[in-house]
Amino acid sequence: MTTATDQRTATAGIRLTSLSKSYGPVLAVDGVDLVIAPGETVALLGPNGAGKSTTIDMILGLAKPDTGSVHVFGMTPADAVHAGAIGAMLQTGQLLRDLTVRELIAMMASLYPNPMAVDDVLSVTGITDIADRRTQKLSGGQTQRVRSAIALVSNPDLLILDEPTVAMDVEVRREFWTSMREFAARGKTVVFATHYLEEADSYADRIVLMARGRIVADGPATEIKATVGLHTIKATLPDVPIPALTALAGVQSGERRGEAVVLHCNDSDAAIRALLRDFPAASDISIAGAGLEEAFLLLTGDDKSEELS
Amino acid sequence: MNPTYLKYELIRAVRNKRGFIISLVFPLIFFYLIAGGNRHQQLGGISFPTYYLAGMASFGTMGAMIALGARISAERSVGWTRQLRLTPLSVRNYIRAKVLTGYMTALISLALLFVAGATLGVHMTPKGVLHMTALIVVALIPFAALGILIGHLFTPDSMGPVIGGGVSILAFLGGAWGPVGGDHGPLHDISQGTPTYWLVQAGHTLVGAPAWDSKGWVVVAIWTVVLGALAAWAFRRDTSRI
Repeated sequence: MTTATDQRTATAGIRLTSLSKSYGPVLAVDGVDLVIAPGETVALLGPNGAGKSTTIDMILGLAKPDTGSVHVFGMTPADAVHAGAIGAMLQTGQLLRDLTVRELIAMMASLYPNPMAVDDVLSVTGITDIADRRTQKLSGGQTQRVRSAIALVSNPDLLILDEPTVAMDVEVRREFWTSMREFAARGKTVVFATHYLEEADSYADRIVLMARGRIVADGPATEIKATVGLHTIKATLPDVPIPALTALAGVQSGERRGEAVVLHCNDSDAAIRALLRDFPAASDISIAGAGLEEAFLLLTGDDKSEELS
Repeated sequence: MNPTYLKYELIRAVRNKRGFIISLVFPLIFFYLIAGGNRHQQLGGISFPTYYLAGMASFGTMGAMIALGARISAERSVGWTRQLRLTPLSVRNYIRAKVLTGYMTALISLALLFVAGATLGVHMTPKGVLHMTALIVVALIPFAALGILIGHLFTPDSMGPVIGGGVSILAFLGGAWGPVGGDHGPLHDISQGTPTYWLVQAGHTLVGAPAWDSKGWVVVAIWTVVLGALAAWAFRRDTSRI
């Protein structure tokens, strides 16, 4: 008899079970369990080297897991690719030369069982105006958009984007996300890797946070943003006990480093006002947005061990 | 094989400047330059234009097959092969399409040379044309394997010297530019041991020269087996790591 859980995981868009992969001595992915439902837009967020790309390569069948399993709509990655269920935009890669954009899209469409109409792909990705240009004569941003068109051409149920906007300028980036949103709105599952919190927050329903090959947090975008979107206030302030500072509005945690204090704040505006009001002796003040690296270290509790070593 | 995919592969092969020049333009230019000025002479016992038609046919068709290696190499280096791993196209069908494209460009090169030959008064019968074409198709098998081999072995940067140098040496040794080593002797034996020699000989069947003797079939078969095994090895080595 199948339970409700079995049925849910059987129809999961993506199901990763105890997934691990190492490259030589480096454990790139370390026991990842993840279920993504059809129709979700999920960001894999993490610093470089967190294991995002390796996880994506295993979902796509480009890398073989050492242990664990990958299922895409209940199929192996190879079967899902064969069925045209997966479209992907990899981190790097150029286009095939000596064809026009339209010809290249038509060539790729011919490989799939149920492709989108070529004109439809061109218009969704906003490249109708460059359809008759040769692929080797495109700018970097145009090339990225053609690559996104190649990812969509199979009319996939799952779209995977590995740091898709790295080579794009601000305007191209916005247009790119507009077209991806339009595609996701057709009930598609979208998974993208990024190391920009803003991007994950703006375009994903759910954020899966990765660090050192593991998932360290997983939840709705707003929740994750509150956790990792921290600001740090540093100030020289001797002789004040830390608990007096963490009691201030907007401060989440704090530590002393000799004469200086470091406060991790979820609302740095409120915190700085409170700090200056209650402790006017504070000097050498700086406020910085915590990098993702720093946020991860806080989350995984590794910052202490890092300092000791 | 998917005809749309094949169509665009062929378009790419013809549009590619280097491939176009090596397999389609050079043979025609050389044919007119060399054979045009000596059209009433004899070479290797047959009329000069006929000899050069066969020689340039071997040069052009061989170039067309080896150019498929240049395309494989280029597509590997820009990550296109990896992109194709995300499509239902199998690596075997990818290679098949490349070989078919090589053959199609070779046949275009051949057709252009037949037209050029007619303008210089080379005597051609439909039977001779068919005979020559069929034998060239067979003689090109080892070159298809050679194309796959170098496509998986070399980077696009080293492809220029490999193709330019390799094609020229093989073409020269095989007698594409004129008979090599006379009727006997070591150079003659070396020449007969090249797959190009038999490609050129295949061309001579146009004017009713006898087809390959058993030596020809053996030489072509040995090259096919050796280059085929090497190509299969290079292909597997390359496609097992992604």
